[in-house]
Amino acid sequence: MKKFKRILGVRMDVGGRMRGGGPGNPGRFANASMPEGGWATLKRVMRYVGVHNKWSLVIVVLCIIVSSITSLVSTMFIRTLIDDYVLPLTQTVNPDFKPLAVTLVKLAAILMVGVICSYTNNRIMINVGQGTLRRLRIDLFRHMESLPVKYFDQHAHGDIMSVYSNDVDTLRQLVGQSIPQVFNTIFSLVITIACMIELSVPLTVLTIVMSFVMVFTTRKLGARSAKYFTSQQRSLGATNGFIEEMLSGQKIVKSFCHEDEAIAQFEVLNEQLRSNTYNANKTANIVMPVNGNLGNLIYVLCAIIGALISLSGHIELTVGTLVSFLTLSKSFTQPISHLSQQVNSVMSAVAGATRVFNLLDEPSENEGQANVSLVNVEEGQDGSLSETKKRTDKWAWKRPGTDGTFQLIRQQGKIELFNVDFSYTEDTQVLFDIMLTAYPGQKIALVGGTGAGKTTITNLINRFYDIQDGNIYYDGIDIKDIQREHLRRSLGMVLQETHLFTGTVMDNIRYGRLDATDEECIAAAELVNADDFIVRLADGYNTWLAGDGTNLSQGERQLIAIARAAVANPPALILDEATSSIDTRTERLVQEGMDLLMKGRTTLVIAHRLSTVRNADCIMVMERGRIIEHGTHDELIAQKGKYYQLYTGNQIE
Amino acid sequence: MVKKLLRRVGRFKTASMLTPIFTTLEVIMGVLIPYVTAWIIDRGIMQGNMKNVYLYGGIMIVMAALSMTFGILSGKFSAFASSGFAYNLRDAMFKNIQTFSFSNIDKFSTAGLITRMTTDVNHLQNAFQMILRISVRAPLNLVFSIFMCVFINMRMSLIFIIAMVILGTSLYFIISKTVKLFTQVFSKYDDMNKSVQENISAIRVVKAFVREDYENKKFARAANGLYKLYVGTEKLMAINHPVMSMVVYGCIIALSWFGAHFIVAGDLSTGQLTSLFTYVMTILNSLMMLSMIFVQMTMSAASGKRIVEVLDEQADVTNPEHPVMEVPDGSIKFNHVSFSYGNNNGEYAIKDIDLSIKSGETIGVIGGTGCGKSTLANLICRLYDVNKGSVEVGGIDVRSYDMERLRNEVSMVLQNNVLFSGSIIDNLRWGKSDATLEECQEACRMAVADEFIDRMIDGYDTMIEQNGNNVSGGQKQRLCIARALLKRPKILILDDSTSACDTATDAKIRKAFKEDIPNTTKIIIAQRILSVQDADRIIVMQSGQVVGFDTHEHLLETCDIYSDIYHTQMEGAGDFDEKRKGGAA
Repeated sequence: MKKFKRILGVRMDVGGRMRGGGPGNPGRFANASMPEGGWATLKRVMRYVGVHNKWSLVIVVLCIIVSSITSLVSTMFIRTLIDDYVLPLTQTVNPDFKPLAVTLVKLAAILMVGVICSYTNNRIMINVGQGTLRRLRIDLFRHMESLPVKYFDQHAHGDIMSVYSNDVDTLRQLVGQSIPQVFNTIFSLVITIACMIELSVPLTVLTIVMSFVMVFTTRKLGARSAKYFTSQQRSLGATNGFIEEMLSGQKIVKSFCHEDEAIAQFEVLNEQLRSNTYNANKTANIVMPVNGNLGNLIYVLCAIIGALISLSGHIELTVGTLVSFLTLSKSFTQPISHLSQQVNSVMSAVAGATRVFNLLDEPSENEGQANVSLVNVEEGQDGSLSETKKRTDKWAWKRPGTDGTFQLIRQQGKIELFNVDFSYTEDTQVLFDIMLTAYPGQKIALVGGTGAGKTTITNLINRFYDIQDGNIYYDGIDIKDIQREHLRRSLGMVLQETHLFTGTVMDNIRYGRLDATDEECIAAAELVNADDFIVRLADGYNTWLAGDGTNLSQGERQLIAIARAAVANPPALILDEATSSIDTRTERLVQEGMDLLMKGRTTLVIAHRLSTVRNADCIMVMERGRIIEHGTHDELIAQKGKYYQLYTGNQIE
Repeated sequence: MVKKLLRRVGRFKTASMLTPIFTTLEVIMGVLIPYVTAWIIDRGIMQGNMKNVYLYGGIMIVMAALSMTFGILSGKFSAFASSGFAYNLRDAMFKNIQTFSFSNIDKFSTAGLITRMTTDVNHLQNAFQMILRISVRAPLNLVFSIFMCVFINMRMSLIFIIAMVILGTSLYFIISKTVKLFTQVFSKYDDMNKSVQENISAIRVVKAFVREDYENKKFARAANGLYKLYVGTEKLMAINHPVMSMVVYGCIIALSWFGAHFIVAGDLSTGQLTSLFTYVMTILNSLMMLSMIFVQMTMSAASGKRIVEVLDEQADVTNPEHPVMEVPDGSIKFNHVSFSYGNNNGEYAIKDIDLSIKSGETIGVIGGTGCGKSTLANLICRLYDVNKGSVEVGGIDVRSYDMERLRNEVSMVLQNNVLFSGSIIDNLRWGKSDATLEECQEACRMAVADEFIDRMIDGYDTMIEQNGNNVSGGQKQRLCIARALLKRPKILILDDSTSACDTATDAKIRKAFKEDIPNTTKIIIAQRILSVQDADRIIVMQSGQVVGFDTHEHLLETCDIYSDIYHTQMEGAGDFDEKRKGGAA
């Protein structure tokens, strides 16, 4: 509904009643007064819109001015019609309608101009509004992609999603409708007042005074309704939360026969939501009839007072003028009630815009002065390296010197951690003084219980997070100096939690290297044992994966993820072995796939499998954020420490 | 569909009926008011009759007051009716969902059900309120205004009729096209949101493969597609505006021309002409509103359909007429059971399973993913019904039991463990609502959950966050086991539910089971051979069939698949932590 209403918006705004979207739109009365920093946000929105649409907006403003003038002309025309034509005509014996015809033709021409202007204005605003939204969405997405992983850890995914849907939508309304309408309304109000003053000063004063009453009641009702809408949103959130929790746990609810309790709890929340919704909508629904009829009241008062003035003859007031004035007073009070509604909609848009800008203002992954990049190289006969655009599968780090020259350092895959400390949040340190060296081609296994810090170490090497203290070197270069994307490109990753994307199996494998041919993708899949099951899928490599590949088993998804890493053919690897969620037979396939992938590459592996651990060149035993033992399998067994305990099964506790 | 939905209005029927009535009254007042204003002008101002100005002014104020009252009442009742309607829809859906079997839930997916209960209900609520108020208002306004026009001047009203035909036809074409376009807009919109969601949850993959630019381009394409569709749709809708304005202006000009003639001829008064100007606006507005209602109804029809689907869904597992209330013992028997998750479309998840388990036995179940281990377990507590054969618990077909009784006696710890927000003890009491702290502690001791609970500052009162985010996977699993133990079931099924616990804990749990609940039939489904090898007997499954059912030692000799699994795991493919136990427990 919300979406719908925003799309429909207020295109049909001649009517008045429908203007602003109809009943029950929570955004409409959401706030009665400008939130803190609101004006600044509004200004920023205007700037955002204005920068790219300067000329469009100038034309829009001109169009609005012209069309409000013409619509006023049509209102004022009644006076001309009655005073200048109808009344004189009634008094002549042989009425001549020709002058009237001429005037009507002139009027028609003026009105036509108005129609064209307002159409032009609408059409331009469609492009401005939708264009702004498109730009905003793309900017949001682009910026989101640049945010550090930390941001995604700290924010609920549903919350980020709602920036794209709910918050951008409120802006849609603001840019596409509210702003032009506010402008339009204010402008026609000014003209109307000018005309009213021209017609009759005392009546104008009366109308304006009465209008304040309207504004006042709207504000009062608006404030009340804002309060109710807030509680409605709150209980909506609570109900949604409960539904989500109960439904995701539905199998538990069933197997514990907890249905009745769940229903009872739900009914309490549901009732709260109902009564809040009722109150919110009730108040919102009342605004229109109250304001509309206050308009009628103004009309009557003007009629009475106008008639008195007209009859008393102290001030000159023709009948035509009075009639025109009465019509004007109607077109004066209507925009006021629209304006008061627009104000509320602007408020809720400001709230949305604030959230949008908050996301846009989140600091991106900071590149700092990183200037080292990864390049393909060719090796000359003398062992010298030269950069090439070709894909040679030989890599080197390109480091610019101070004098504009470049130094090429062979990419070998040596990874060193020196005295690394790290904490995700300020108060709890998760890694302490980590020392680790992986020589080129070595396989390093990290073992230890959950929460020991194994995954954290891998997250530091590819700079998902930046370390607080210590240094990490890659081939002797501080990774802080290596451009993030180049660093990551040099490290293949297979994460424990497999994420696949909507698309075919082939698309998903190609994700590892976008220019890989079908043959290369299939070869990669064959290399890591994934080909077997893929060809048995209904459409083979063209099988469509939806919703994170839920139509595949855990093991199969993992195999695809390994193939994805294989096609990238990275110089070094970070592997997070799957735990026991894969069955043994698939796991063997996965294991072999991983082993094949690891061959000849420096590999950091978070190990769960005995074979991986035993074959590792060095095993790091971790506990509570520290490396407590390291060495080969045999060395560690001989040490008879923690590893020995783990391995032999002697009780630890 | 509409009928089914309207039945849910229930006790809010009165309010739903009152809304159109008050709206009608409000509309009548609204339509009459311009007529009275004509009198003010004609009989008062034009004739210089102050008394009439007062009289009609007074009448008009009274009418405005009435109109306001009716408007307020209609607003109030419509809010009451629509919020109540939404309440009833949510309530009915939630209650029906609670009767769903797992296969019902699988059919809709959890996310699908959530959307239906939230977004879709919201759509309907708003549509309902709109229909109650506007769908009455617009046609009424139309009819009354036309009536008043005819009443004022028959010949002049011809202008309106011509205008209406022009406007009606063009609106019809525009709207019917827009509705189609909107459907496309919605689906594009959903696609774009899906792409955002995918990127948020897979951000690590995106970053690890440095695919930010690629994703940006992909997203920009989606955003552009949406932009084009939106602009196209809005352009079409924007035509409404000039058409409308031109018709209005055309009417004004025609009214002025003919009106002048009529007034000169004495057939029309000045006031009447002003009233006609007002009515022309009302009529055209009503048409606009009507067109909007049509779009609106088409939009909410989709939501309505989705809601009715949930309401209509019949639970496919139901209680028998005369249920057996007592489960005699924990023996289990499968009589040539076949079962398929789909509707018998050939693919059986398990095929012709025939086996019997004695009460109090400990049974291990092992086999590859998708071999039917979990399915086997689900059938015992009748989370699904079999397609062929029968499952007996305590010698009685599970379909004869009262479901609640059966599930209380057959306690299952599922693969996907779920804790609910609330304290640890609240969660434990799901198993037994009046469990004392001692009982809970005892269950936790068996599940080896006591050691970490005791370390927590608030102990058993520690609050669990939604989805149990503040406890580790292994801790969650142990709490779930304790919760299941509190039921004191005759049969306990653990479906891969110690996978996140280390082997020592796993062994401790199994030891506690052996010592503390010897009479309970225990079925342990696992990937790790260590978790099952000390069971009394082990079921080995492959592709939905039982390929071995014997003790560990016998299986090693007779069952190739079993010994294959054993050797792979023992020779290093197993979990690193596993070796140490080596069958010690």
